[in-house]
Amino acid sequence: MRKFKQQFLAGPYLIWIIGFILLPLIMILYYAFTNGDGSFTLSYITAIADETNRKAMGLSLRLGIICTIVCLVLSYPLAMILNNMKIKNQGLVVFIFMLPMWMNFMLRILAWKLLLSKNGVINSILTGFGLSRINIINTPTAVVLGMVYDFLPFMLLPIYNSMTRIRKDWIEAARDLGAGNVTIFLKIILPLTVSGIISGIVMVFVPSLTSFAISQVLGGGHVLLIGNVIEQDFMQGMQWNAGSGLSFVLMIFVIASMTIVNIFDKEGEGTSIC
Amino acid sequence: MKKRIFSALLISALAVSALTACGGSSSAKKSGQTLTVLNYGKYIDESVVKQFEKETGITVKYEEYESPEEMYTKYKAGSINYDVICSSEYMVERLINEGEVLEEDYDAMDNYKNLDPTILDMSASYDKNHTYSVPYFYGTLGLLYNKTTIDAKTVSSWNCLWDPTYEDEIIMENSVRDTFAPALISKGYSLNDTDENHLREALDILKKQKDDKIVYAYYVDETADAMIGEEASIALCYSGEAALAMAENDNLDYSVPKEGSNLWIDSWFIPKSCTNQTNALKFLNFLCKDDIAEKNFEYVQYASPITSVVENQDADVKNNEAINPSSDTIKRCEIYKALSDDDSAKYTKLWQELLSY
Repeated sequence: MRKFKQQFLAGPYLIWIIGFILLPLIMILYYAFTNGDGSFTLSYITAIADETNRKAMGLSLRLGIICTIVCLVLSYPLAMILNNMKIKNQGLVVFIFMLPMWMNFMLRILAWKLLLSKNGVINSILTGFGLSRINIINTPTAVVLGMVYDFLPFMLLPIYNSMTRIRKDWIEAARDLGAGNVTIFLKIILPLTVSGIISGIVMVFVPSLTSFAISQVLGGGHVLLIGNVIEQDFMQGMQWNAGSGLSFVLMIFVIASMTIVNIFDKEGEGTSIC
Repeated sequence: MKKRIFSALLISALAVSALTACGGSSSAKKSGQTLTVLNYGKYIDESVVKQFEKETGITVKYEEYESPEEMYTKYKAGSINYDVICSSEYMVERLINEGEVLEEDYDAMDNYKNLDPTILDMSASYDKNHTYSVPYFYGTLGLLYNKTTIDAKTVSSWNCLWDPTYEDEIIMENSVRDTFAPALISKGYSLNDTDENHLREALDILKKQKDDKIVYAYYVDETADAMIGEEASIALCYSGEAALAMAENDNLDYSVPKEGSNLWIDSWFIPKSCTNQTNALKFLNFLCKDDIAEKNFEYVQYASPITSVVENQDADVKNNEAINPSSDTIKRCEIYKALSDDDSAKYTKLWQELLSY
């Protein structure tokens, strides 16, 4: 009886999976491998090798990797500082870092646009002090800035979580046995936070690889990511087959990056536990 | 425990942003007769719809969309039977070609005589005998510029767009045909040209324009805001948007270059999915009434094809090129023809080549 009830409760989720995940996936696969007449073709998949698409894919990968590295470099020390803070309610501090996420991310990106634009807030302040302007709006730099700003919490939280799980007495024990700070970091803290780093990387890299809204707003049409190409195929050119083909290729890239990360993760955990 | 709270926070943050991303749709009462209308967003005075409901007793189910392509997808999905739709002329032409538009005797409508014959003549480009569509608003594609840095003579020709003196000062349209139009015209071709070599020549100018760092950005909806904020000196944009920006910033003015440009006409049509043609015609007739068209003009501020609306305007509105194109301007403008699927793919490909350049 109880088993039946449990299965029954999973019903809505099953409908959700079929309706909103499986069916759209099948549709994308169908469009990706057929042409306008409905006959089988691979041309939309191989279209990734066209110069335009290749460039866009390359730029997406590059900006995604830069964004992930910047997020990691910023988050890791921050997580350590947060973890070592001697205040009672650490949750509150983390909560403050989470707070911006309560606002819609598009709104926050639009705010960045206002800050960075040619006569925007930052440039007004700079010229007010007699300093030169910064012209990074509508460049890849602005796009990376927007991505880092949006995705930073996704890197910070998993790393911070894995750090809070490290027991203080392990570190004390290491110190008793004569280990210095560097050794403690390399032999205890780093190996034990690998899983946090890995999930952080996945949670930042995948959305930055597939994003198109941020590059649209902060790139001013100068930064064409693979997401923008797909969006244009669907919304402007009505090339559903071409858009689906590229979406499929992008999915392969996402799955590949997650697989690579998973392999590293297993190795990482293996060394950290033994 | 802590971890669980954080992941809950994370999930709720994601859920909130996902929810706000999709809008809700309104539902209408099921009593009596209904009319399902599909129109661009913010493209009608709401009191007009209320008045129509009151006068005729027909309940209007009013739906909105953002881009013609979105409308096409919505209509083709077929889940809702739209009775009357408003869209851009090239999309209307496409649907006429596909046999999706019903032929009507619009001439028999009481208020059809209120329509400006000049605009009806222009609309013959996509609706030869005026049996498929009724014009709603129209305008031009031109240059919005800042009078303090640019003189009127400069923007009287498209050539200013390719002049390297305006480094980082020009905003182009983030849509393929509107950005290709000035390039094609500068090369002496029609903006409806689909010859691969001619398009390549146009692409070369646009690539050079990008190379010379003349383009500040490719914008669509942000153009007006950027020009009001004086981020750039010249922007390629639609007349209606230019008028909006000019109302906010007195330094701005609008010009349609002498080489000619695009004239756009947004039109109503009755699609095959219509369930009650009499009611749909009633609605279109209502929109052509002088006082109703006046109300809609006050709200939308685009050029109205209803003659009396223009006649009753103050001189400064009447002569504002960004609101009412002069007959000279209209004469040198051309309407976009609908592209075949192949040509559309060709355009998209070149466009992406430009953007990734």
